[in-house]
Amino acid sequence: MFWPAVQGFWLALTSWDGLSAPRFVGLGNFSDMVSDPIFRTALKNTAIWLVLFGGLSVVGGFGMALLLQKERRGVGIYRAALFTPVVFSLVVTALIWRVFYQPDGLVDTVFRTVGLGNFIRPWLADPDTALYAVIVPALWRQIGYVMVLYLAGLKAVDPALYEAAKVDGASAWQRTRYVTIPQLKGVNSVVLSVIVIDSLRSFDIVWSMTKGGPYHSSELLSTYMYSTAFQSTQLGYASALAVVIFVLALAVILGYLIRAFREET
Amino acid sequence: MIRRTGYHVAMGLISFLWVAPILWVIVISFRSFDDVAANGLGSLPHSFTFSTYKSAWEDADEFRALINSLLVTIPAVLLSLGLASVAAYGLARYSIPFRRTILLLMLMGNLLPPQILLIPISRFVELIGYYDTLIALIAVHVGFGLGFYTFVLHGFMRDLPREIQEAATIDGAGPGKIYSAVILPLTRPALAALGALSFTWIFNDLLWSITVIRSGEKMPVTPALLGLQGLFVSSWNVIAAGTVIAAVPTVAVFLRFQKHFVGGLAIGAVK
Repeated sequence: MFWPAVQGFWLALTSWDGLSAPRFVGLGNFSDMVSDPIFRTALKNTAIWLVLFGGLSVVGGFGMALLLQKERRGVGIYRAALFTPVVFSLVVTALIWRVFYQPDGLVDTVFRTVGLGNFIRPWLADPDTALYAVIVPALWRQIGYVMVLYLAGLKAVDPALYEAAKVDGASAWQRTRYVTIPQLKGVNSVVLSVIVIDSLRSFDIVWSMTKGGPYHSSELLSTYMYSTAFQSTQLGYASALAVVIFVLALAVILGYLIRAFREET
Repeated sequence: MIRRTGYHVAMGLISFLWVAPILWVIVISFRSFDDVAANGLGSLPHSFTFSTYKSAWEDADEFRALINSLLVTIPAVLLSLGLASVAAYGLARYSIPFRRTILLLMLMGNLLPPQILLIPISRFVELIGYYDTLIALIAVHVGFGLGFYTFVLHGFMRDLPREIQEAATIDGAGPGKIYSAVILPLTRPALAALGALSFTWIFNDLLWSITVIRSGEKMPVTPALLGLQGLFVSSWNVIAAGTVIAAVPTVAVFLRFQKHFVGGLAIGAVK
């Protein structure tokens, strides 16, 4: 597992078409990136992805977990409904939504019904909307997952704390703000690392819906790396892109490992 | 009372919105091509046919793709859990030097972004002559999952009472016997959770499949679905049918192991 990773780092310093021997170019690949407009788009889109996909799935997942934490009639069904998409592959998710986004598909029909017919466009083929049209299905699948993580965390909070807060006259909002959220610190850090790592790894859904297009408008670092490596076979440059992804993920990975290490002791 | 009704109306609506896309695709998968062409994908169905499923199953050969998926997923799950449980047993129950470092290195391998490994591994697989084989795909999945499974199983085994092992040792059982007759049965809940999880992970994989496998007849069903789009351009009813077929195995595993599955996802969170 580590030997290939070391190789990956070495290749990042070379220029290689996969046929002749790799040629050492030092940090040349990285200086090329600075002036590569596609790289900049991919980096910007990865940041947007992290904020929108990551942020909204945490907010949505946490909100749903709060609403569904109490065991009462019907809750099981609601939880199951929100969780169902999680078992699908991202390719299945992508295809389900591609069907919706087709001209005269369900999305268009809904827009027309509520009187927003003018806004209709080829959602996935329009550079202005492609990225966001991919984020929606990704969220659809991720919110249920984050919800399950928070539900497990909420279960571990001592109910006596709520009772005490209630006796002291804390409102529902105050109980959430001052009892629940501080108690969930551990879960938060797990969710955060899961989300960041997932965001940086996100590949399947973009690849299945747009392949990063049109005109790289929905390109992420991961899709750009893949197409550079296996479609234009610039293996050295692609390795350098992989190193960038690695460095971005490193901070989160280290945080996660330090936590795991501490618990082991 | 009103609050409770309001709660159920709101949650019912959200749940419905969440499941609606799935139901809608199932409906489309049973519509005939003429119906879709005449009324559009957004309309209610005016027809009912199984021919879409026949096209996806036979013409697009999703049958073979499903077999490929199972040929990869089942050995990969068994192999990685088997190896991980042995490794976890050793690390959890015996004082092996540097065992914490070993564990963390294994976990770190799992957290690495796969992109950094894509090129070296695809080159390596080519070099040893296993490019475009299902065996290579199995090996990649085992290698990638091992660290995480070992980490989780280690945590689980470490919490088993030490007395059990001591009692078995007094009864004359060796390490192999203790592992298979004592530890493994007690680890079953964790193994079931990881088994259900890893099944869906491996079955749902796209990135490694398209990196290691080239020829269409060897593709597992998840990447093969993407090929379906090229084969049936704008026959969205057939694509919908293919999507439903590809989703059935993971849904089946989920329904069968529901409790373990959700518990497994939460393993990381409550620790």
